Amino acid sequence: MTLDELQEIAESEREAQKKITHRINVSVAAGCLSLHSDVVFNILHEEVKKRGMEESCKVKAVGCMGLCAAGPLVRSEPQHTYYRGLPPDSPEVLSAIVDSINGRPVPEFALSPEIPFFAAQKRIVLENCGEIDPERIEDYIGVGGYQSLLTCIAKRSREDVVQEIIKSGLRGRGGGGYPTGLKWSMVAKAAGEQKYVICNADEGDPGAFMDRSVLESDPHRVLEGMAIAAYAVAATKGYIYCRAEYPLAVKRLKVAIRQAEKLGLLGKRIGESDFSFEVEVRIGAGAFVCGEETALIASVEGERGVPRPRPPFPAYSGLNHCPTLLNNVETFANIVPIVRNGAEWFASIGTDKSKGTKVFALVGDVVNTGLIEVPMGMKLRDLVYSLGGGIPDNKKFKAVQTGGPSGGCIPEQFLDMGVDYESLMSAGSIMGSGGMIVMDETACMVDVAKFFMDFTRDESCGKCIPCRVGTTQLHGMLERISEGKGRMEDLDTLERLGNMVKRTALCGLGQTAPNPVSSTVRYFRDEYVQHITNKTCAQGKCPCSKAPSTAAGK
Amino acid sequence: MQPYPESVPLPSADKRWKLVEATMRRHGYKASALIEVLHTVQESFGYLDDTSLRFVASSLRIPISKVFGVATYYHFFSMKPPGEHTCVVCLGTGCYVKGSGELMKMIEREAHICAGETTPDGKLSLVAARCIGSCSLAPAVVIDGEVIPRAQANAVQEQLRRWIGHDSR
Repeated sequence: MTLDELQEIAESEREAQKKITHRINVSVAAGCLSLHSDVVFNILHEEVKKRGMEESCKVKAVGCMGLCAAGPLVRSEPQHTYYRGLPPDSPEVLSAIVDSINGRPVPEFALSPEIPFFAAQKRIVLENCGEIDPERIEDYIGVGGYQSLLTCIAKRSREDVVQEIIKSGLRGRGGGGYPTGLKWSMVAKAAGEQKYVICNADEGDPGAFMDRSVLESDPHRVLEGMAIAAYAVAATKGYIYCRAEYPLAVKRLKVAIRQAEKLGLLGKRIGESDFSFEVEVRIGAGAFVCGEETALIASVEGERGVPRPRPPFPAYSGLNHCPTLLNNVETFANIVPIVRNGAEWFASIGTDKSKGTKVFALVGDVVNTGLIEVPMGMKLRDLVYSLGGGIPDNKKFKAVQTGGPSGGCIPEQFLDMGVDYESLMSAGSIMGSGGMIVMDETACMVDVAKFFMDFTRDESCGKCIPCRVGTTQLHGMLERISEGKGRMEDLDTLERLGNMVKRTALCGLGQTAPNPVSSTVRYFRDEYVQHITNKTCAQGKCPCSKAPSTAAGK
Repeated sequence: MQPYPESVPLPSADKRWKLVEATMRRHGYKASALIEVLHTVQESFGYLDDTSLRFVASSLRIPISKVFGVATYYHFFSMKPPGEHTCVVCLGTGCYVKGSGELMKMIEREAHICAGETTPDGKLSLVAARCIGSCSLAPAVVIDGEVIPRAQANAVQEQLRRWIGHDSR
C-alpha cells in the first residue's frame, strides 16, 4: 500500500464517520469489562437497533477512557457527556440513555467532561484511547494512523528520523529515563546485518497498568511506533514481549498485527518500498526481572530470564548477539505524535529536562482511581487532590509510592513538587513506569517496606549475591521489626546493607531494591522507632500490634 | 549438515499433543521457542509434567535439565495439576493497600490451604498474583478466569463455600 492509497482509505473512513450524527462509545478495556461493559454495549446496541437508528447512531466498543473508578464508562456525543457506573442489569436505564441522545443527558449517571480528572489532562499517548475501536484498523487509519510511518519511508531518511527523536528530548518511559534518540542512534550506527526492535510490554511493576491500557485501547499506535523505529535503525524483525497476565492485550495485539500485515503496513515491502519489518508477540511467563533489558532478551531467546552484565549493551549486542533496540510501550506510543507534529512541538511540553507527557496509573487511597496523562512537571498535589479527587472518607494523606519495587514513598512535604525524572529522584524515588499508589494515614510504612522487600526477595533471579542474599536479609530485618523484635541498631544496618546492595548488585532490580526501605526509613523513621521501642504498630497492620486488623475488602 | 528427524513420536494418542506439535512446527523447532511451547502445553493440559517436559526437550533438542530450569524459573508455569476451580488473589501494591493481604488470609483460613496449593479434594487452587493490572478496581480477585473488581470478603467467601463442601474440613 502506498501513501496515496492509505490516504484514500482514511478519506473514505472519515466520509463514513461523517454520516453518523450520534455516537455512544462504550469502554471495553479490561477494567470496564470486569464491570460487565460488554453487557452494557450489547444492550445499548440492541436499543439503538430497536429504534431503527443504526444509520445515524453508532454504538462503538472503544478502549480505556481512564476513570476506572466510575466504570463502566460510556461517552455520548454530541451530548458531550460521560456516563458513569452504568448498571449492566438495568435495561431501563440504558434505554433511557438512548432515548436522551437528542436532549438532556440522564442526570443520575451523567458526568461532565469538564471535571478536573478529564479537563486537566493532556492526552498525547492516550489520544485515541476511548475514541477508536482497537480491533478495527480502519478506525486507526481514519484518525491518521500509519501515515507517519509511510511518510517516513517515502520521504525521510533514516538519519533524519533519528535526529527528530533526539531533538524531541523524549526519554524512556519504562523507568530509567534514558534519552530515546541516543539509544536509537547507537543502534542505527551499530554494525550488523540483522537488527532487532523489541517492545517491552512486561509491565511487572505492581500497581501500574499504563502499558496494558495502551495495548488494549490503541495497539496500532505501538506497532506504528515500532515500525518507525525499525525504519530508523534499519531493523527488520520485531518482538513485543507482553506479560501473560494481560490476555486481552495479547489478543488485541495479535489482531492488530494481522490487520496491518494484510494491508501491507507491516511485513514485507512496507509501503511498496524495500523496507520490511515483521513483528511477533512473545508472551512472558511471570518473572519481574524480565523487565530488565538483558533478562528480557534472554527470555525472548527462550532461556531463563536472567540479566547479564553490561557492556556490551543490547544496542551493540542484544538478541541473538545482534544490535537490538529496546523501548517500552509508552515510549513507542510517543513516536507517532513526534514524527507527525515535529520535535519542537513535543519539546515545548513538559519541563526543562523531562519533555512531553507522562501516563500515570493513579491507584490506592484516592477517589478517582484510573489512568491519567499529564504534562511532565505537574504538581503532585494537583495529581492527588485535583485530578485524583483527594483521599476518600476524609482521611489524611500519608505518602505516594512511585516507581514500584524500585521506587520509594514520597511524604507530604513534597506535595508541591513538580513531577519529573529529576525531582522524583531527588525525593528518593524514581519515575519508574508510572504507577502512583496513594496511601492514607491508615497505611503502615514498615508494612509497606516489608511488602516490597518480600516482592524483590521473591523476584530476585539469584544470579548475584548482593541481591539474592541482601534482599533476604533486608526482608528478615523488616519482619523482625514488624513482629516487635527489632533493635534500634537495625535501622543503621538497614541503611548500610541497603547501600551495599545498591552499589554492588548486577542489574537494575537489585540496585533499586532497597529504595522502598531507604525512603521509608528516611521519611518515616518515627514509625520504625515506634515498632522497635513500643513494639506496636499504630496502624494495626503488623503482627506486633494487638489491635484488631481492619476488615478486608473495605 | 544432517537434517533433523523433526518428529519425535507423540507421548500418547491424546489430541492435545497435536496442539503442542503445531506450536513447535510454527516456530521451526527452534530452541528459542521453548517458552512459547511451554505456554501451549500449560494451556492444553493445565500444567507441565515429566512427560510433557521430556517430549518438548527431545523435540526441540534441548537438554531436559534446561527445559526443567526454564519451567521452574517462571512463576507462570505450574508443575502441579490445577484444581477444578481457581481463585487468584492479586497481591499487587494497589490491591495490597486496599486489603488484599487480609483477603488472602481469610481465603487461606476458609479453604485450609496456603497460596500456591490445591485442596486435597482437588476442588480449589489458590494462587497469589503479583499484579493483574486491575489496580484501579482494587482489591481484585480472579475466580475461574473472571475478574471480580473491588472484591468483598463475604462475597468471595460465599462463592468458595459453594465449591469446598463442609466435608472437606
